[in-house]
Amino acid sequence: MSAIQHHSQPQPELAVGADQLLHFYRQMLLIRAFEDKVNEAFLRNLVFGTTHLCQGQEAVSVGAIACLRQHDSLTYTYRGHGQVLARGMAPEVAFAEIFGRETGCSRGLGGSMHLADLSLGLLGSFAIVGAGLPVALGAAISAQLDNRGQVAMTFFGDGATNIGAFHETMNMAAVWKLPLIFVCENNLYGEYSPILWTTPYEDLARRAEAYAMPAEIVDGNDVVAVYSASMRATERARAGEGPTFIECKTYRQRGHSRSDPAKYRPAGELDYWLERDPLKQCEARLQSGFAVQQEKFDALRAEVQQQIDTACEAAAEAPWPEVRDLGPESLVEVRA
Amino acid sequence: MSTASSNPVEMTYREAIIAAQRAELQADPRVMLMGEDIGAAGGSFKLTEGLQAEFGKIRVRDTPISEQAFIGAAMGMAMTGYRPIAELMFADFMGVAFDQIVNGIAKHRFMQGGTLELPLVIRTVGGAGARFGAQHSQTGESWLLSVPGLKVFAAASPNEAYHLIRAAVRDPNPVVVIEHKFLFTRKGPVQVFDGVVSLVEGPRQLREGRDVTIVASLAMVERIQSAAQQLEAAGISAELFDMRVIRPMQPQAIVASVRKTNRLLVVEENHSLGGWGGDLVSTVVAEAFDYLDAPPERLTLPDWPVPYSPALEDAALPSVDRITATARAMVEGRGR
Repeated sequence: MSAIQHHSQPQPELAVGADQLLHFYRQMLLIRAFEDKVNEAFLRNLVFGTTHLCQGQEAVSVGAIACLRQHDSLTYTYRGHGQVLARGMAPEVAFAEIFGRETGCSRGLGGSMHLADLSLGLLGSFAIVGAGLPVALGAAISAQLDNRGQVAMTFFGDGATNIGAFHETMNMAAVWKLPLIFVCENNLYGEYSPILWTTPYEDLARRAEAYAMPAEIVDGNDVVAVYSASMRATERARAGEGPTFIECKTYRQRGHSRSDPAKYRPAGELDYWLERDPLKQCEARLQSGFAVQQEKFDALRAEVQQQIDTACEAAAEAPWPEVRDLGPESLVEVRA
Repeated sequence: MSTASSNPVEMTYREAIIAAQRAELQADPRVMLMGEDIGAAGGSFKLTEGLQAEFGKIRVRDTPISEQAFIGAAMGMAMTGYRPIAELMFADFMGVAFDQIVNGIAKHRFMQGGTLELPLVIRTVGGAGARFGAQHSQTGESWLLSVPGLKVFAAASPNEAYHLIRAAVRDPNPVVVIEHKFLFTRKGPVQVFDGVVSLVEGPRQLREGRDVTIVASLAMVERIQSAAQQLEAAGISAELFDMRVIRPMQPQAIVASVRKTNRLLVVEENHSLGGWGGDLVSTVVAEAFDYLDAPPERLTLPDWPVPYSPALEDAALPSVDRITATARAMVEGRGR
């Protein structure tokens, strides 16, 4: 009967060639190096307010976004640096926004929690938990109206599955069979609270059953698993078969935000997950499946680090926005 | 605000609301209407009657009772090529979708550096006098006053309803159009047109006068018009304005009027604290201080929720007699 029972069986893994897997690996390296650099930049007073990093969750962004095409769109959260980089935003532009500079994707008006670029289908990074889901619903309505096989994808955390907008969106997407892919990054903590303090079970894919929506639970630290599930979901959506819920089991290797050292984690938990680090898992796949050598990983790491260092320093030198009337940035001026 | 047309057509306020939406649905295939019971049922107030039969279930779409999801979806649709009109059955229900309205829709353009347009309309029905009780009788004007990034129109007559809705649909900005449930059966001439609409001027002058400027919105507009008749009989000439655009506020015409009449009375169906009249008075005092012959006065709702009992609800609303008496006292020097 239920989609959940059906999908509790592991689904087949899609064949991913060496080039594609190396591409995924490089993208994950880029996100990891970017986030580490943001952390470092914070200590240099280049980053203001707060920031929410996604080290450990890179496979979710990379695996899922790899299934999107040019005219697809997505919404994501304040922990959204991984999504924008996976979708192709230049690291220098993302750094510049986080540093509050004129050359940022939003000219310094958005900041770390609001990276977006409509031309890439990056509709927005939502800093209110759950707020991106209804917006992705709207993009999915547009995709269905356009009838050109586009899809919308929405990323959200485990915490968002307890907010009303999530349930309203799940329901409407199911009722209207919208081409919308729900990607739940279950990193086991809603801000500072472990999931079982706030939610009666850990498998959030159970929530899809309530909306008669197909669901899959995947190892969110395995980029091939995320990619395989996302490809099935996007294909279903493009074929007019409606939404899918993908629960990616993953782990936030850092605290919730800049001010959180994450001391509430039980001893050994971080080590357990570091063993399952998405980069490590990908390297193992590349070694066992394609005989890629350690030297190749080292070379890629060095290359990516160089790219990130250069982008960061360029952003750090970028001009501040001019102090001006920001009214036109708020409302479009309408002339007679 | 519009190009010329033929002779005005006599319509009710309700018919004008439907006619405006029909005209925009006809004019632009990207215009999509959605809301609760707006299709087959024609809207709980019959403000979309006949539109689904004419334009189909896709363009005139019934939604679940999920205000967060469909208001948020309007935002997503506006970012992906459509021009949605979302009907919120009661202005009070903005409370349900407040995050989508004030944190999402209102700020999104700004947070993305002023680079995108959000052409969406939220039509909603506000106001007291219909015995709906405290949760179905608010105008909603005050809730939106301190939210940059939104436009707020308030329709006081059939002609205004028609023009404000058409202008709102064509506006590249998000617009909340407030309609008043007490006015549905009011009849009046509507200047229908086929041309391009783009601009809504600020306050609409209803009557020229010498002795006192009286400003109102929504259902209070007809009350100040009745009061002006009473005042005329007492030898007092009132200049009247329909505020019409609540946000962004355009007080210049009122300031100019007070410089002539030397007195200002504001009548609004909101609480005094946080009502738009407070800001209007503040601006007039600052810009026409030397012209004032009496302290500006405001008539508002008392500082409690709208009561149900007809005896109490009627007493809570500024009456024609109170408006007349207040204006007379100001002109005759018997004010505070």
